[in-house]
Amino acid sequence: MMTDSIYTEIIMYHNKEGHNKHLLDHPSHVERGHNPNCGDDLTLQVEVEAGFIKDASFVGNGCAISTAAMSIMIDLVKGKSVEDANQLVKDYLEMIRGHELSAEALESLEDAQIFASLQKMPARVKCGTLGWHCMRVVLESQDSSESKITLDHNI
Amino acid sequence: MNEKALESAYRAHFPVFRVHPDLIYLDHAATSQKPLSVVEAIQNQMVSENGSPHRGAHQLSVKSTEIYEGGRQQVMAFIGGLDPREIVFTKNTTESLNLIAYSYGMTFLKPKDEIAILISSHHSNIVPWQVVSQKTGAKLVYLLVDQEGKLPETELKKINERTQIVTFPWVSNGIGTKLEPRQLIKKAHEMGAIAIIDAAQVAGHERINVIELDADFLAFSGHKMFAPQGIGVLYGKYELLDKMPPFLTGGDMIEYVTCFETTYEAVPKRFEAGTQNVSGVKGLVAAIDFIEQIGLDAIKTHEHKLTQYMMMRLKELSFITIYGPETLNDRGALVVFNVEGIHPHDVASILDDHGIAIRAGHHCTQPLMQHLGLTATCRASYSIYNSERDVDDLVKALYKVRQVFGYDD
Repeated sequence: MMTDSIYTEIIMYHNKEGHNKHLLDHPSHVERGHNPNCGDDLTLQVEVEAGFIKDASFVGNGCAISTAAMSIMIDLVKGKSVEDANQLVKDYLEMIRGHELSAEALESLEDAQIFASLQKMPARVKCGTLGWHCMRVVLESQDSSESKITLDHNI
Repeated sequence: MNEKALESAYRAHFPVFRVHPDLIYLDHAATSQKPLSVVEAIQNQMVSENGSPHRGAHQLSVKSTEIYEGGRQQVMAFIGGLDPREIVFTKNTTESLNLIAYSYGMTFLKPKDEIAILISSHHSNIVPWQVVSQKTGAKLVYLLVDQEGKLPETELKKINERTQIVTFPWVSNGIGTKLEPRQLIKKAHEMGAIAIIDAAQVAGHERINVIELDADFLAFSGHKMFAPQGIGVLYGKYELLDKMPPFLTGGDMIEYVTCFETTYEAVPKRFEAGTQNVSGVKGLVAAIDFIEQIGLDAIKTHEHKLTQYMMMRLKELSFITIYGPETLNDRGALVVFNVEGIHPHDVASILDDHGIAIRAGHHCTQPLMQHLGLTATCRASYSIYNSERDVDDLVKALYKVRQVFGYDD
């Protein structure tokens, strides 16, 4: 019952509650993520100001895993510096790839840790990383030459 | 609930269910499971009959040629053909359709010509024509279906004297609607166009007769009708195939090659470049034998009953929306639906945990989905190895899907 176990309360909460699902008034970045195989189509909006993520939100349609992963990510990165957000993206994608993270890195992912089980659900990896890849593209467009993320796009 | 429903008597023919005894396979429209007779035929060919066809004088090469060319005869008979030269072996339906697009479309279409495509076509019958359109300047015209996937008669007016090609799926894999192909073929011919039929969801489900249909081209895959993946068929009228240039070039499709010029083999070998998939043909022939032994009428009856039962059971669930036609005769062996409040991908994942394999997504029919205003759907498709028991289990599991999402039905 691998899959049933990922439909936890946290995921269902984020899937249904939708507190991050709206448009921003002044987004500095808009990035659309599309998973053509299953029809997930989510757009991340971010307002970056003075090197910090002032606000973020998303709109679109997707499955419970993709929308919850997006929403949990938004909760996590809001208020963080671009640099810290970059590290979170890197750690999250490493976790999904099945790489061992330090206890500290794992803890910093907070609620997003529950997606660790996706590494054993290859059919749903793209759902759980859709929002994070949008964020990765947004952050890459910032001048972050030191922490440029070079991860496999398929994960 | 029908507690007495039994598993299908045909299930025993399929070794996959010995390895996965609890598997409920409702993804036949994507690819079929394989009967033991097909597996054994391929094994036998690989063990004792393997040689390169069409070349070499040794016995195994001769045997291989016999299997390959004998297979052509059997495929011809299976679809009611009269001339084995009209059967071209390909990899699958997609390659068959690409062959027509690249060889016929690129050669004969001109600017202002029109290609009429049924909007419910699979991507494999849309994207190649987009490429042809971009290269030749021919215009794509879509024939629009209604909410049930049926073609209103008024749409036929879009087929006119500029139309050179009319192409459509006999049964739509995206919504399950079965069309009356003769109506479209007749209209195409009246306007001087050729008609192409994607029969991927029909082959192995009911009798095909290319002569009665008067089809110009008809394409299908082996793997959706109990044969292995990697073998497909293109039927084409000889006079059309004969005037078409090769699609792929190289070995086996040539007569004389000099440094700068080549003369090509006659039809159908002109379209079969390189060493061919003889074990695939062997498996396809075994699949045809399997189908003929059970009988296409028996297969159709079995599937028809399942369609009826599945529609009835799913309609009992207030949280299910079924798409496609109401009338059974207008349906192929698949039912497309959505579960209220739950994305199809989540539905499929949770069903998978209960041993039930369905397809979720756009089913390679994005233009159809856009036309119908859908983003994704669930698809349960079936064959002789399925039974009413499978439908009952699907219904039970759908309640569980709803429970996981906090619904109390």
